[in-house]
Amino acid sequence: MVFDGERSTMSSAPLPDQVLDNVLETVLHFITSRHDRNAASLVCKSWFRAEAQTRSKVYIGNCYAVSPNRTVQRFRRVRTVFLKGRPRFADFGLVPVGWGGNLSPWIAVMSPAYPWLEKLCLKRMTVTNENLYTIATSFAHFKELLLNCCDGFGTAGIAAIAEKCRHLRVLDLVENTLEVEDDDDVVDWVSFFPLENTFLESLVFDCLEFEVSFASLLALVTRSPELKRLKVNHHVSIIQLRQLMLSAPQLTHLGTGSFGEGWDQEHLGDLTSAFASSSKTLVHLSGFRCIIPEYLPAIYPACANLTCLNFSFADITADQLKPIIRHCDNLQSFWVLDSICDEGLIAVAATCKDLRELRVFPIEPSEDTESPVTDMGLVAISEGCRKLHSILYFCQSMTNAAVVTMSQNCPDLVVFRLCIMGRHRPDHITGEAMDEGFGAIVSNCKKLTRLAVSGLLTDKAFAYIGEFGKSVRTLSVAFAGNSDLGLRYVLEGCPKLQKLEIRDSPFGNSGLLSGIHHYYNMRFLWMSSCNLSINGCRDVAGKLPHLVVEVISDSGTMQQHHDDDDGEEEEEDSNGNNETVGKLYLYRSLDGSRPDAPPFVLIL
Amino acid sequence: MAGVVTERAGLGFEETELRLGLPGGGDTLKNCGKRGFEETIDLKLKLNSSVETVAVLPEKDRVKPAADVVVVTADPGKPSAPKAQVVGWPPVRSFRKNVMSVQSTKTGTKEAVSGTGSGGEKSSFPPTVGAAFVKVSMDGAPYLRKVDLKMYKSYQELSTALEKMFSSFTIGNCGSQGINFMNESKLMDLLNGSEYVPTYEDKDGDWMLVGDVPWKMFVESCKRMRIMKGSEAIGLAPRAMEKCKNRS
Repeated sequence: MVFDGERSTMSSAPLPDQVLDNVLETVLHFITSRHDRNAASLVCKSWFRAEAQTRSKVYIGNCYAVSPNRTVQRFRRVRTVFLKGRPRFADFGLVPVGWGGNLSPWIAVMSPAYPWLEKLCLKRMTVTNENLYTIATSFAHFKELLLNCCDGFGTAGIAAIAEKCRHLRVLDLVENTLEVEDDDDVVDWVSFFPLENTFLESLVFDCLEFEVSFASLLALVTRSPELKRLKVNHHVSIIQLRQLMLSAPQLTHLGTGSFGEGWDQEHLGDLTSAFASSSKTLVHLSGFRCIIPEYLPAIYPACANLTCLNFSFADITADQLKPIIRHCDNLQSFWVLDSICDEGLIAVAATCKDLRELRVFPIEPSEDTESPVTDMGLVAISEGCRKLHSILYFCQSMTNAAVVTMSQNCPDLVVFRLCIMGRHRPDHITGEAMDEGFGAIVSNCKKLTRLAVSGLLTDKAFAYIGEFGKSVRTLSVAFAGNSDLGLRYVLEGCPKLQKLEIRDSPFGNSGLLSGIHHYYNMRFLWMSSCNLSINGCRDVAGKLPHLVVEVISDSGTMQQHHDDDDGEEEEEDSNGNNETVGKLYLYRSLDGSRPDAPPFVLIL
Repeated sequence: MAGVVTERAGLGFEETELRLGLPGGGDTLKNCGKRGFEETIDLKLKLNSSVETVAVLPEKDRVKPAADVVVVTADPGKPSAPKAQVVGWPPVRSFRKNVMSVQSTKTGTKEAVSGTGSGGEKSSFPPTVGAAFVKVSMDGAPYLRKVDLKMYKSYQELSTALEKMFSSFTIGNCGSQGINFMNESKLMDLLNGSEYVPTYEDKDGDWMLVGDVPWKMFVESCKRMRIMKGSEAIGLAPRAMEKCKNRS
């Protein structure tokens, strides 16, 4: 038994409850997994309390599932907060601007409540410059800021963080959309870091559009002895990259910036030496934003040690890839553009026997082009990379046979996302729907938790998913299925389903109703351009009082002028059909509907 | 376009002429295959007027020519009636799409504009023949500025303009006399003090003191400027000193 120091004497024996609480808290400190903690908190009230006192990391997968006040009242000693805002389909323009996911209400409550906050990870949230100023000034020990796919802020806010967070270790700005700023307003945030040595371990700004002063950046890197991860944006030239590398030989993760801007044979030699010096430490290489392929040989010395290589912005051919990939025996994660063609994928399969994750992005994301990668590439990968866990593959068309082969060769798949860009495209050899392929995936890959389907699919595919997809947590569906049955199969068959996002599929009210037993266990359901009507959604909202059912209109005018009565009259007018719902987003909330819903969102 | 080339040749700056690829090389460039300066100027003007420019940088042959991005034309390889555009399909994040097009624009036009000495031109702007935009940053100032060097005829004019832009800071010891960059002793005063000193990065990536070279040469070789504290610029002084000494 571990006693709190004060209670070691027997003369003032503590009450049994207090002893238990202290022991509990001490033990619970060691439990870090939030799933375990959630389970522990359900045991009884005192466990609930003890767990709440000791939880230092709070993960909120849907910022509207719980209010900021409730969060800070339950968890008092929080150091790390993860918050996710908008649904994932917002990345593809399906969620109108201004829908929500604002950080402001959270910051307003957290800044007094969590003075010891050290780490904030935000995804798909709107973060303003004011929010960043508040973070910079409210949390004296703030160490890590990770912003992923956020918007609403600009360089001034980043500068505030740089300047005022004296203990900053991590500043990762990934795929954010910054506010458009006039030249007058653009701030050179890199020059705002304090002049003493910093504690920076990670500085990521590869997607930041605005140029930073290179001299300031170089000076910063030079005085950041702990820096391990540095990813710069495309304004950094290859000469500048070399200078950075020489100043930071201890880097493990490097985002190379442009990897271009002017060819010069001399530079190649210098750059190669820089990579040679870093070859023992570098494990992760990305960037290559404006690549001049003639510079690629510079990275050869570092290849053997790489576990992660991201060429997804590098327009290179198979011939340009081969000499590099040949050296990458230890590669576990590889992101690339389809410009490498099937031939390039075959080369990857030949060398990268340890590959766990592959992402193949389209150079031309449209439906009518010739696809450089096909079922052949997929099969080659499956044959060479047996340990594959995760794949994202964009192509124009596919065959069932290839997908079946992959399911057999790579039974350890956890994530299978196949995007056949041609909508409703069948197996290009047999002309059949892609049902069998996806069926094989769910039945052979027993550990599958994330699935994205595409191509021509009938309800049968969904029957397979419902029957075999017992571990599936995330499912993405687009332009698929025949009828409500498809949706029913999934909602009734997949007990672990957490996130379901569907677009442009013929699923209607009865399909929606079939999930009533499960919606409280889900993070969210998104359905857009399907066959839902207002009444159907209202029906679900009525049956599940803790469910927030949002109906989002595109134009922002539809629902806001109608109250319930008017809506019904309208529905009866037009052919006796219900008004069709454009977008539905539903999720469970502990605190009722959100107060910040914009006019184009109707909460039923 | 011929006029432009002649003008530069007339000033006797062939040796300092900006070229792509290997210094001193004209057409004897190796596998990289980049074109020389004149051809680049040609190229740039063609890009502005014509639709299909095939004579782009050869190593990009295998990829869409940059002209495709500058002027949107129907690629003969595509079917004539593409399906109606659907929002958010294929599901590729917009920043990924944007970056790819920025990349092709940037590589396509970057070589074209580098002849004017600008390094900071944002790729979304079409290359302008006459401008030489460079970014100017000042240590401690909260913003970067862009200046078009072609708008000024001398260091004097530039320094006045910079003074106005960064008006809360003093630039060197200029005061009402303006900066006399060629004066050696004044340079030393500047450098030893904590006053601000303008420096620039030239096309070779070296940082130099502003005022080292004749004005026209400066305009052509300057990629960006940084106004730094005098004490920090000490390391740059030797080169300036050498050049000063060589001249006198």
